[in-house]
Amino acid sequence: MIGLRYIEDVVTLAYDREKCVGCGACGEVCPHGVFRAERGSKAELLDRGGCMECGACAVNCPSGAITVKAGVGCAQAILASWVSRVPFLKKTVNPDSCEC
Amino acid sequence: MELPPEAAGERAGVRAWPFVTGWLRTQAGLVPKVRAAWGRGDHLGALAVRLGIGRDKYRLAPGLYALGEPTRSCPVIVTANYKLTFDTLRRELAGRSCWILVVETYGINVWCAAGKRSFSTDEVAARVKAAHLDKVVTHRTLILPQLAMPGVAAFNLRKLCGFKAVVGPVRAADLPAFLDAGMKADAAMRRVTFSLAERLTVAFVEIRANRLLTLNVAVAALILAAVGPGGFTFGGTLAAAAGAFGVYLLGFTAGCMGVPALLPHLPFRPFAAKGLTLGAAVGFLAACGLARSLPEGLAVVLACTAWASWFAMHYTGSSTFTSLSGVDREMRRYIPVQGGLLLAAILTWLISSWMGGAS
Ligand code: SF4
Ligand code: SF4
Repeated sequence: MIGLRYIEDVVTLAYDREKCVGCGACGEVCPHGVFRAERGSKAELLDRGGCMECGACAVNCPSGAITVKAGVGCAQAILASWVSRVPFLKKTVNPDSCEC
Repeated sequence: MELPPEAAGERAGVRAWPFVTGWLRTQAGLVPKVRAAWGRGDHLGALAVRLGIGRDKYRLAPGLYALGEPTRSCPVIVTANYKLTFDTLRRELAGRSCWILVVETYGINVWCAAGKRSFSTDEVAARVKAAHLDKVVTHRTLILPQLAMPGVAAFNLRKLCGFKAVVGPVRAADLPAFLDAGMKADAAMRRVTFSLAERLTVAFVEIRANRLLTLNVAVAALILAAVGPGGFTFGGTLAAAAGAFGVYLLGFTAGCMGVPALLPHLPFRPFAAKGLTLGAAVGFLAACGLARSLPEGLAVVLACTAWASWFAMHYTGSSTFTSLSGVDREMRRYIPVQGGLLLAAILTWLISSWMGGAS
């Protein structure tokens, strides 16, 4: 993914090393190599800025060491969620629709 | 024991998919056997959904399917019920025998379904039980696509259905190597990519997805052309509207195709900013070649920039690395810019015509 990096300073990923029990899951599930984790040793947060907030690591962390405001980075879905908050336009959209 | 392919053809009110070749009798009942090779319908369907046609109906029934001649010890691979996903999976596994457990994701691909949480721990567990998988296979392992993991908590799955999850590779194409390595993925199999081909394949759906907007723009261009730039003649109005619509199409192409193609090479991180850059460049070239006056040229650049930025911003949803926080931030920042540019373009176009401009 050379040259393909996104806005980094807004990423909501947080890792509490203290809580890690070394299961290795976050290293396996992350599609962007944000964590390096091997069974038996604490996970290392390698590349926080590469996180796309998919939430896989947090969902699969058994010890609650990882938190992230997970969602889909899709303008159409965000637009739909904004429109769905407007009283009169509410009915015109499906709040989590992006037709995909 | 196996039933002949004819048995797969039809029963009262139900006809099997063309890829079903017969039925396998298991301890949990009959399981449809599927072929790996694609037929004509599969190719045509794949092409159509790539163009955004019939995507919301391109699904198959969830449940257990058998590929090849699976035995009770063959691996179970879990996938979504978007037909293109299922087709890709069976094609990549050609020559192998395995069980495919399809879960209900309402015809949505694995990653988007996991993001929307329809590909979830509960759904997988429910499908395992509904298929009586414990009677079909002797092992207790499921292979999940890595991109399902935002929706599936692997450590919970065993408690819920007795099967443990192994995280498979991101791409179905890597499954054979993953299986041959004893269910081990190397680092490359774990990472998503976004190659030029991948970036462009997902771009074409935008044409159809934006058909309503495109129609509205055409109507708006006609109305605006009639108020001045058309010189108050029928032919003039049509020509002016066609020009404005052409600029929209140029911005659309720059934002939907140009930005994806040049994604790693354009400056700035926000997609909207990449669109501004390319839109301005393309608009400038078009204005140099076609505009008949300075204000008209200015309007072309402004409008092309605005549209390219808007469509580039919408491409975030097709990309594999944008975050919710990032897209939210770029939308708040750039939608006002896009709106301002478009408004300025329209005003420049109208006012120059009222002042006896070049139309
Ligand atoms: S949220 Fe997704 S991209 Fe970010 S670190 Fe976790 S698994 Fe990786
Ligand atoms: S998933 Fe959680 S517990 Fe497991 S290695 Fe990662 S941070 Fe540690």
